[in-house]
Amino acid sequence: MPRVSALDLPDVPKGHLPPHLELQRTRVLCASDAPTHTETIQYSGAYASVGVDNSLRLDQFCRDFRVEVIRLTEDDMEFDMVGIDPSLANAFRRILIAEVPTMAIEKVLIANNTSVVQDEVLAHRLGLIPIKVDPRLFEYMSENDTPNEKNTIVFKLHVKCKIKGPRLTVKSDELKWLSNGSELPLEMESHTSDPASKQKTYTAFTCSQVSLPEFSNNPIAPKHQDIIIAKLGPGQEIELEAHAVKGMGKTHAKWSPVSTAWYRMLPEVVLLQEVEDEMAEELVKKCPVNVFDIEDVGKGKKRATVARSRACTLCRECIRGEDWEKRVALRRVKDHFIFTIESTGALPPEVLFTEAVKILEDKCERVITELS
Amino acid sequence: MEHGSSKDLTASTFSLADEDHTLANSVRFTLNQDPRVTFCGYSIPHPSDARVNIRVQTTGDPAKEVLKDALQDLMIMCQHVRSTFDNAVAEFRTSKTVEDMKIK
Repeated sequence: MPRVSALDLPDVPKGHLPPHLELQRTRVLCASDAPTHTETIQYSGAYASVGVDNSLRLDQFCRDFRVEVIRLTEDDMEFDMVGIDPSLANAFRRILIAEVPTMAIEKVLIANNTSVVQDEVLAHRLGLIPIKVDPRLFEYMSENDTPNEKNTIVFKLHVKCKIKGPRLTVKSDELKWLSNGSELPLEMESHTSDPASKQKTYTAFTCSQVSLPEFSNNPIAPKHQDIIIAKLGPGQEIELEAHAVKGMGKTHAKWSPVSTAWYRMLPEVVLLQEVEDEMAEELVKKCPVNVFDIEDVGKGKKRATVARSRACTLCRECIRGEDWEKRVALRRVKDHFIFTIESTGALPPEVLFTEAVKILEDKCERVITELS
Repeated sequence: MEHGSSKDLTASTFSLADEDHTLANSVRFTLNQDPRVTFCGYSIPHPSDARVNIRVQTTGDPAKEVLKDALQDLMIMCQHVRSTFDNAVAEFRTSKTVEDMKIK
């Protein structure tokens, strides 16, 4: 920015910031050496000396905040979140990754494993398989709880490769849901119990999960049927039971409901002066993501225009070289977030986001009650 | 949970268990935007303790009340974000179904 004496600056109407301060407040300036003005001005009295109030007014936030969905499919979504501070956007992102619960396999009871995959490696692989089930229908299982139909999902895996047959690939569709709970008997009970009473197993289901209305038409299974779990050679066998429980991503990433959740600030590309003819051609050629277009202005003259600033990756190729920084300005809009959520499949992405916001509300409420 | 505030109620440090940057940074934002706050900041004393200390100093009001108001503000903002988001998703769905119908 060129240096101008304070006395030469034009008068600014009361309650408004002068344009250069407004630019610093709302944009990150991405120069060829480094980005500048990356901070957000949070302090309420930051502009008190120029008579501008920077305090939070909820009605203003409610008026200006907006959301626009760009893409929404079964498993991923992209949306624009405008008029919010990065601290909140980041809180939502952190909660999505680490604090929205899902169900994942946590205990594996191995009855037989003669495959080349070691028990602990197999158990780890099973844990990472996403399970398509709504975690809100389940409760957390704490240390002293017995596994029951409200906190545990049981799967059985029993595959054997024929002695004189080809090698066998075990995929996640072999995981069969046991709606009545574990079928493996608890050993210590076996000789004392009388034959009439039911054999105790590793779970204590009071009823079958199929009888619950949520699952009767919607059997629980892995989200994808083609995840390779192990490969078996002739004569090898795996027999096991896998118990899935509710958990959060901060305990282990297998419980994270998203593959990734991220945001980026909206890029803004501004032409500071007219870029014409050969210069325009050069500019269009410089950009690897085709941000610029050429427009005919008549009489054989051409002019560069910014057509797709959203695609800009801020590679700064266009401001490389002599004097280009005077012609093109790259900026980011500080309060405009392009948010992307990729779900692993337990819950659709839009539900994940609302759940994340609810979790932040719950955190606030918890602290408020603790304070009073 | 509250430290060093027995004499002077306008400045206190609040120690929140089982919280991290997620809440602390958001509350610091809403606190900073409150004109009654002269200073606020947070720290996580040790990375393996799930604990965060939030320092609040005010111009005269009790720090506890100011922090409560900041949390209340944050909650209202969250509620607004949620309703706006739900509306945007519903709007996207209706516009999409209209588009799909046009193609057929």
